[in-house]
Amino acid sequence: MKKWQDNKGWLFILPVFLIVAFSAIVPLMTVVNYSIQDIFGPGQSVFVGTEWFREVLRDQRLHEALWRQLLFSGLVLLIEMPLGIGIALLMPAKKGFGASLVLVTLALPLLIPWNVIGTIWIIFTRPDIGLMGAAINAMGLTFDHTASGLHAWITLMLMEVWHWTPLVALLAYAGLQSIPPAYYQAAKIDGASSWSIFRYIQLPKMRGVLTIALLLRFMDSFLIYAEPFVLTGGGPGNTTTFLSIYLVKIAVGQFDLGPAGAFSLIYFLIVLLFCYLFYQALLNVGGGKES
Amino acid sequence: MAQINLDEIAHSYLPDVQKEDEYALKRIHNIWDDGGAYALLGPSGCGKTTLLNIISGLLKPSSGRVKFGDIDVTDLPPEKRNIAQVFQFPVLYDTMTVFNNLAFPLKNRGFDKEYIDKRVREVAQILELEPFLNKRAEGLGADAKQKISLGRGLVREDVAAILFDEPLTVIDPQLKWELRCKLKEIHEKLQLTLIYVTHDQVEALTFADKIIVMYEGWIVQVGTPQELFEYPNHKFVGYFIGSPGMNFIPCTMEGDQIKVGDALIPVDKKTAALAKAAKGKLEMGIRPLYLKVSQSPDEEGFDVPVTGVEDQGSHRIISVDFQGFTLKARIAENDPIPESTARICFSKEWIRLFADEKLLK
Amino acid sequence: MKKRYITLTVYLVVIMLPIYWMLNMSLRTNADIMAQLVFFPTDITFSNYMKIFTDPAWYNGYINSIIYVVLNTIICLVTALPAAYAFSRFSFIGDKHVFFWLLTNRMSPAAVFLLPFFQLYSTFGLIDTHIAVAMAHCLFNIPLTVWILEGFISGVPIEIDEMAFIDGYKFPRFFFFVFVPLIRSGIGVAAFFCFMFSWVELLFARTLTTTAAKPIAATMTRTVSASGLDWGLLAAAGILTIVPGALVIYFVRNYLAKGFALGRV
Repeated sequence: MKKWQDNKGWLFILPVFLIVAFSAIVPLMTVVNYSIQDIFGPGQSVFVGTEWFREVLRDQRLHEALWRQLLFSGLVLLIEMPLGIGIALLMPAKKGFGASLVLVTLALPLLIPWNVIGTIWIIFTRPDIGLMGAAINAMGLTFDHTASGLHAWITLMLMEVWHWTPLVALLAYAGLQSIPPAYYQAAKIDGASSWSIFRYIQLPKMRGVLTIALLLRFMDSFLIYAEPFVLTGGGPGNTTTFLSIYLVKIAVGQFDLGPAGAFSLIYFLIVLLFCYLFYQALLNVGGGKES
Repeated sequence: MAQINLDEIAHSYLPDVQKEDEYALKRIHNIWDDGGAYALLGPSGCGKTTLLNIISGLLKPSSGRVKFGDIDVTDLPPEKRNIAQVFQFPVLYDTMTVFNNLAFPLKNRGFDKEYIDKRVREVAQILELEPFLNKRAEGLGADAKQKISLGRGLVREDVAAILFDEPLTVIDPQLKWELRCKLKEIHEKLQLTLIYVTHDQVEALTFADKIIVMYEGWIVQVGTPQELFEYPNHKFVGYFIGSPGMNFIPCTMEGDQIKVGDALIPVDKKTAALAKAAKGKLEMGIRPLYLKVSQSPDEEGFDVPVTGVEDQGSHRIISVDFQGFTLKARIAENDPIPESTARICFSKEWIRLFADEKLLK
Repeated sequence: MKKRYITLTVYLVVIMLPIYWMLNMSLRTNADIMAQLVFFPTDITFSNYMKIFTDPAWYNGYINSIIYVVLNTIICLVTALPAAYAFSRFSFIGDKHVFFWLLTNRMSPAAVFLLPFFQLYSTFGLIDTHIAVAMAHCLFNIPLTVWILEGFISGVPIEIDEMAFIDGYKFPRFFFFVFVPLIRSGIGVAAFFCFMFSWVELLFARTLTTTAAKPIAATMTRTVSASGLDWGLLAAAGILTIVPGALVIYFVRNYLAKGFALGRV
């Protein structure tokens, strides 16, 4: 896409750059600071270099948490992206009562504080006071996310998809709405099928919003904390202890800022790596934004 | 398709329409001959894109029928009519190469590979797109993209008419000229009917054999550029065509002469008779080109004060005050510019009279 | 036509079920909830809602949340719009890197920022103010807003800008009267997400406030008492947290549902 070569672009981005840089640098320095020291108490610390990093990387439970996390995020993306796009395609395009109703309903799950989401699903899946729990019970199945790791995962996935698919759908919908009608008109004249329209017009034109959706969902699911913590507390056992939950266990439970700092940095770098890979891949799928 | 026949077409975008002014198209009844180059000219909002979309089938008219030759196509969708449409901005399949873009309409209609290859190369040659065939459509300039849009219409051998909706809007000025020439070339070579929507009269005048002037949902006049220039049927046409447009002054008849304020302007007998018989508000119209600025004081005319001069490059326009009305006259490049007064002459053969904004003839 | 609406309706009903269940619980007393499972509650009580409306600790929570969320949305939109325009239209040194760097600020778990942020805002004496939370949320909301807006701005052909400049528009006039209407969808989506992520964010909001600016999400964690969770109250509070957001999306729905219009003839 054509751009104007002009360094005055920096003026435009200056406010954003300053605010974000300021908010990011201080914590970053703090974390780096913690990660290379052994802190006994206030003001008493010893420089230990990369020891915490090595210890953290050797931690078996960290590896397990990482695999669980990767599986979780992978499932999330596989389910939410197609589902969200599908919903967006089904949504009414014209202004009016139908569109308004659908938009508001769709957005509702996104607006609930995350600790409340966990609580809702605890209740919802309980066989004594929850609708879904009772319904499953009535079908003769036993379903207990506090006892079975598999059931815990199923509940978590249901909760997660229920909670976040609307985000993908809303982004995809807004992207679809931005396609000028002339494209559909030209496709009609060219005799294109619905599938061709989706593949050659809609999907490419949604690339921007879908990149955002993909990156957001990956990041947020990879960093997830409140919802699974409230629902399962990381259990039963360790079955739903994802990375964030494990990190907090170390930092708060064991109150060890050094390893926590090192872990945080590693955590960040993992997310960064994946995001970078996704970003580059999506950039190149369409021949590049900046071509 | 022998010709395009618009039979009592009217269209409103509103569901429950009551009043005439809620119609985007009020009454369109027109026949377009096969193979002609037509321009639909008019200001923003006059209904020209609506009409274009009705012809192409993207829009179904509220009332009336559209016929191609003897076949009533009103209920046919665009892909079943033999038309192609080029839009205001390039509409392409970005992820495909130029070749695949051009091939797309044919692939959808089930033609075999060899035929498609042949046709695509033929069209690419006509449009000078051959060097780009294997490149992604996305990275090309606006003019190349519009050519590709045009190409998708040309590849289909069954296409008999191509409709253009202000296609040169996003093209750089120097490339506009090249594209216009290319369109004319295609028209001569392929003998397709071309219908070109624009609000730019220069484009219309250079492109079309016949211009259809539209205003507020009506067809105001159909004619060659010359007809529109010399005999505008309606005050709007006189005003819209020509840069600057026609001068209009309210007047009355006194005997066989036109009276404006204190001045009497002689006019030919036939026009005078029409004017005397006419009912309604009488106005005189004369184009700046034909409002002669005389160099000799002996020529029959009026001495009037000059109120302004504009330099248009190849000629100049002076504004004068005649009986309280401002008139514009055109001065050729080499003629001297009058300083404070000018002598204007109303050439009889170019005076037009309008009653209630309609031409008397 | 029909088939797509059936699928959509089924999906929306499924979405509504847990929310309906919350509504159901909010209209009953705790005793009633624990005692039996009913799809349509018979003994409806508004006592849970009344408690929230009358207890300042509760309703102030809502007001506080609304204040800092609105502040945050405004700051984000105002700073992100020019930035997004620049990333889309201009090519300048480091542009791609800064663009990606912005997003990296969302890539750390919030827990990492808590202590440093607390210390930072303490130093400026901004603890327990709305602006502190609004600014803290900027860290992750500004990058998101810039990214979303950039996508939509890039969807508008640069030729439109060029045409406007040739036509004699000065930049501010062009930007507000010509350009912004073209990216309404994007602004609507970005505003909604700003609002949403700020509204549901718990950690920063709780850490940076004590009483005066305490948000509703934090107050809700107080419903744990000796007798266990106060289900009814929690449910009512939960329902009420949805309302402002629902209003926001209602107001921006026209920006979302309206298509891109390139001039009209």
